[in-house]
Amino acid sequence: MKTRIRGGRVVDPSQRRDEVVDIVLVDGRVVDFIGPDHDGAFDREIDARGRVVAPGFVDLHCHLREPGFEDKETIATGSLAAVAGGFTTICCMPNTNPTIDTAGDVEFILATARRAGLARVIPLGTVTRGERGKELSDASEMAGAGAIGFSDDGRPVVDARLMRYALANSVRHGKPVVDHCEDPELAAGGVMNEGRVSDLLGLNGQPAAAEEVMVHRDIELARHTGGRLHLAHISTRGSVELLRAARRDGLLVTAEVTPHHLTMTEDWVLGSADFGMRNAGGVPARNPQPTFRTPAYDTRTKVNPPLRTEEDRRALVEALAEGLIDAIATDHAPHRTIDKDCTYDEAAFGISGFETALGLLLRLVDAGDLPLVEVIRRLTIEPCRAFGLPYGTLSIGAPADLVILDPGVEWTVDTDRFHSKGKNTPLQGHKLRGRVVATIVDGRVVHQVEQELSRVD
Amino acid sequence: MIESPRSRAPRTRGHGSDQGLEAKGQGSGATDKGTDQESGARGEKLLPANGRQGTQTRILASHVRPPTPGPRPPSDGWVQRQHVLDLDDFSSAEIERVFDTADSMKEVLARPIPRVPALRGKSIVNLFYEPSTRTRVSFEIAAKNLGADVVNVAAGGSSIEKGETLLDTARTLRALGADVLVVRHKDSGAPHVIAQHIDVPVINAGDGTHAHPTQALLDAYTIRQHFGHLQGLRVLIVGDIAHSRVARSNAWCLSTLGAEVIFCGPPTLLPPTLLSPEGHRPWPVESDVRLDRAVEGVDVVMPLRVQLERQEGNRLASLREYARDFAITRARLERAAPRAILMHPGPMNEGVEVDADVAHGDRSVIQEQVTNGVAIRMAVLYLLVSSVSAAERSTSPAGPLEERLR
Repeated sequence: MKTRIRGGRVVDPSQRRDEVVDIVLVDGRVVDFIGPDHDGAFDREIDARGRVVAPGFVDLHCHLREPGFEDKETIATGSLAAVAGGFTTICCMPNTNPTIDTAGDVEFILATARRAGLARVIPLGTVTRGERGKELSDASEMAGAGAIGFSDDGRPVVDARLMRYALANSVRHGKPVVDHCEDPELAAGGVMNEGRVSDLLGLNGQPAAAEEVMVHRDIELARHTGGRLHLAHISTRGSVELLRAARRDGLLVTAEVTPHHLTMTEDWVLGSADFGMRNAGGVPARNPQPTFRTPAYDTRTKVNPPLRTEEDRRALVEALAEGLIDAIATDHAPHRTIDKDCTYDEAAFGISGFETALGLLLRLVDAGDLPLVEVIRRLTIEPCRAFGLPYGTLSIGAPADLVILDPGVEWTVDTDRFHSKGKNTPLQGHKLRGRVVATIVDGRVVHQVEQELSRVD
Repeated sequence: MIESPRSRAPRTRGHGSDQGLEAKGQGSGATDKGTDQESGARGEKLLPANGRQGTQTRILASHVRPPTPGPRPPSDGWVQRQHVLDLDDFSSAEIERVFDTADSMKEVLARPIPRVPALRGKSIVNLFYEPSTRTRVSFEIAAKNLGADVVNVAAGGSSIEKGETLLDTARTLRALGADVLVVRHKDSGAPHVIAQHIDVPVINAGDGTHAHPTQALLDAYTIRQHFGHLQGLRVLIVGDIAHSRVARSNAWCLSTLGAEVIFCGPPTLLPPTLLSPEGHRPWPVESDVRLDRAVEGVDVVMPLRVQLERQEGNRLASLREYARDFAITRARLERAAPRAILMHPGPMNEGVEVDADVAHGDRSVIQEQVTNGVAIRMAVLYLLVSSVSAAERSTSPAGPLEERLR
């Protein structure tokens, strides 16, 4: 099978490539880049003129809910939502039921994902059995079976001694320990960021310090053990500063940030939200959208870590721009509608993120905070470097995982049309710019927007 | 729903004449310039005998509720209101209107049989997820005095215990014919969730640590009764501010009416942003961690209930220590202004946040607060049902109040 992707602007930060060129795929590999006049016989030609072609996005952090919570999401529906959002490789968190504690559990995820046949799904295993924080899981065995890292995500590894040993073991298998940084006592009962909005609404807040003390602890333990630490979804300015200090000391600590923490703030909980997308000088973003007001106490804004302040958001954007934060990760966390149709205190934490990630991130491009190339870099090669994955690039011989985007197209978020079972997003009804037109995994078109694509010759 | 103090409506009443309550409600919309232009000279001319026709376009135009996107309706003019969730979006004119209505209700309460048929045929449902005596009974008596039917639903002994969700319960009660839901819930924002999802007028009777609008109204009303006004008065609220819906609603209500509000309590019981030196203050209030300093010269002292069950050994080392530093004693009350009054939202822990002799002393207006609570809730129920009825163009909305009270 020989495929030509014609006329797209190919943006591949791993190759420093940003040019209009045709790509030739053969048998699931990238084999050549050719000019428009190049003749040749192709089994299939995909028209990407006027569009952007990039390596498929790689998500280091998502929740697919299977096994155990198939009413929220399955590996199949989650994979479908992923490819619809342009993600060709997704790393899923082990806080399922049962949790992913053993090599057999890892194999179950991999086998189920193969049957779904969409995105590449790569599981993380737990740090501690059952995420109970009492005894370490069999990390090396799980690594051997294909786990890409270890995390008790949803909760932190509270016991500093266990975290120390988990990091020490990471030297042995080379896989990162991914910590959800949250001091459980400081954050106890907190349903949003602690600050002006939580005071106003009478909601219990999680102070930024609850995240930062754990980030600091983990960095010191990584320093002490030489272990491989990855900080999940950091959300505060203080965490950014701690990361900066760790890097300055030469520690191999990586970090990710979510699209919602890059674009949304605690004001969304207040219901007076717009995107707050202002440049450093307070200049409104180019093409500002009309302000869209959501109701106060919208439970769909409840996420952990919580949406923070504008100051935090700006620090995250700047840290991403300067390369301090390695990767953008969705923390896709689907829930049932009834998990959100309740009071703010009762509602589940999480935002269904695959299908709005690109649209949110292009707001950063619109605001002039980050060029498109940098957004793509943080969605492709950088997450792969952080976790040692062989994807995220369109170099010759690389797996033919790629995404075709139309950054100009405007669309309105309609969760009824989500592929994910999780309809939980505060973006419902919002206009976003930029859509995934087609997604290709291993040379196969696994997602395409109807009638947008290509003709077969 | 929450706006910054600076952007709030002017603190003046939007009209001069007092031609009955309905007329005032209309006039109070004077700051609402947009609709003024559309409807021409609103005000006296548009005031029909039954007080509603001239308002209908406004009501319908602004009848946009979350989650439908769009700007919230302007806060002036009670007649637009579909819910009473908090006082953060009440103008002073609107609060004054509640007070004026409550004055009429007090006249009713002074009658041998304090009943009028103003809300005859209406069903008021008290949906209480938290135990409450005074607020629930106060609403019940208020509704009955107005001739409404009252149903009390408590979390215990109902399908709520069987796991029915808040929204399903509210939906069911609406389907059963509830005209107003009076909601008390342990979670902040619970009444808002109902208001967003279900087409039923909601009165917040206390949600978590967020708001208790009728309590704040009755507090302000009681203060006004004593001083004749609130402008420039200094009101000191003492205790567990962080967990107090009364303090939050009073911050809005009292400051809108021109009073200065001071929050005082130990640092562990103050909202965190009031402690941070650079943070934005969520409310237009001052704060202090030392009662002996804060109490100097204030006009109103309002200690809050210390929630015994959750504080000791945690946010508070001991209640004894708390009482030493923060109890309202006779000595401390004497440092307040000469005519200062003592209020308490109840229930009281005598000997903890307030000494018994002070609580029952000549400065105390606590019993007046309770009595005024009935009048305020009658006023709120009456005004809300009137505005909703007008909006629905249903039969016989409550007409001019004097008529309905006959």
